[in-house]
Amino acid sequence: MNDFLDVLGRRILAASAVMGNFTLLIRASFYWLFRSRLEMRQTIIQMAKIGADSLPVTVMTSFFTGMVLALQTGISSQRLFNEPLFVGTVVSFSMVMELSPVLTALVVAGRAGAAIAAELGTMRVTEQVDALLTLGTDPVRYLVIPRFLAFMLVLPILTVMSDFSGTAGGLVVSVMRFGIPENTYWHDIIDYMETKHFYHGVIKSAVFAFAISFICSYRGLSTTGGAEGVGRSTTGAVVASMVAVLLLDYFASSVLVAMGIP
Amino acid sequence: MIRIRGLLKSFGRRRVLQGVDLDVGTGETVVVIGGSGCGKSTLLKCVVGLIPTDGGTIVVDDMNLQSIRGDGERSEWRGKFGYLFQEGALFDSMSVWENVSFGLKYMTAIPPSRYRRIASEKLALVGLKDVEDLKPAQLSGGMKKRVALARAIAASPRYILYDEPTTGLDPIMSDVINNLVLDLQKKLGVTSIAVTHDMKSAFKIATRIAMLHEGRVLAVGSPAEIRESREPAVRQFIEGRSTGPIGAV
Repeated sequence: MNDFLDVLGRRILAASAVMGNFTLLIRASFYWLFRSRLEMRQTIIQMAKIGADSLPVTVMTSFFTGMVLALQTGISSQRLFNEPLFVGTVVSFSMVMELSPVLTALVVAGRAGAAIAAELGTMRVTEQVDALLTLGTDPVRYLVIPRFLAFMLVLPILTVMSDFSGTAGGLVVSVMRFGIPENTYWHDIIDYMETKHFYHGVIKSAVFAFAISFICSYRGLSTTGGAEGVGRSTTGAVVASMVAVLLLDYFASSVLVAMGIP
Repeated sequence: MIRIRGLLKSFGRRRVLQGVDLDVGTGETVVVIGGSGCGKSTLLKCVVGLIPTDGGTIVVDDMNLQSIRGDGERSEWRGKFGYLFQEGALFDSMSVWENVSFGLKYMTAIPPSRYRRIASEKLALVGLKDVEDLKPAQLSGGMKKRVALARAIAASPRYILYDEPTTGLDPIMSDVINNLVLDLQKKLGVTSIAVTHDMKSAFKIATRIAMLHEGRVLAVGSPAEIRESREPAVRQFIEGRSTGPIGAV
């Protein structure tokens, strides 16, 4: 019994230390964000890495998701009503409010988030992070803030591109598989969709960007134990980011719905 | 002048530094020797402020590390030192000249237009030329060490801390680095602390040698005094014997 309590106590203490250090990282980031000059070059490099490099896989993922949505919706609708109804509406609403922000965040967490954790982890174990301190700059200022800003700017943009890509995928299947006229597909979207639906997805993507950037930066900077530690941090960062995206998705959606941004 | 008194540092339950006392006079090169894991690198990192101490004082030029408050004072403290890391710790994504000039942006008011020229000057000082545009991955171990040394002296610090300056180098390159350390001391008049377990290097570059053992400075003296020391742990270490008071870990 004592052993069990000992292990439980250690686990609780370790988890508390992680949460505390994670919170301190966020606090330090906002401290440096408003107190120091922005590392513009680093921020642009990170935007290119996170954005441009993730764009093809994001567009491809959402395009095929849009196609599958259109296919399933069309077939279900045909079975119920003998014709494919409101395919554009279902595809676009699903993509804009839910699938684009979540899928884009998951793809970017797996690709750019892993890269960030691995890069910062390697810098930590090779003393490059310590070198930054001895050369007069803070690692949070130089490493974390550019990545945080890049995520906050790029993930919503990628999400919007994913919206268009998914909707385009749905259009291809609607026209070619079900013979729905292109105008009908677009009218199904325009007649029902409002700007606030669009905001719903974009705001959620910003919440995901915040979580992914800090989780991956934290895991990278807290790496110990050489190459094995870098591997552990990278895997841990991706898993934690993906879980955070899925959890935050529900809570962010609830808050937005309560605020009248459905 | 660096004055260290009663310095304490533990990692969890492991007490690494248990009351280190050490003075480093202006223009001196004090070499700290000791077995692996005895706390030599920890001592250097405490001095530069990379890891917080648990107790004791470190005073440099009448500035006390323990009474430092705020980022301004912390930057001023770190700006006093150039630090040569064991493996160089060069930034992989940057070219050699960008590595060397990196600290100028944050520690000096020098305009960016002069960074490249200063980097070339510092590289020449450590015997390197025409390497400015190479990446660290394209350099040999000895060249990396010299680039790291050029980076450490780029902002003209008054103190240089060397963490195992000759580790991983062949004997000839080790001697090149030893000569550079001596050369920099003469040319720049810097005060240095070097930690090493390379006794040949220690005897060559030191004005005084301090032996760290069981978290304390066991003996300190000139290279000749250390060579003649009768302290069993010192004798065991400089003779490289596996038997004696220092256990092999």
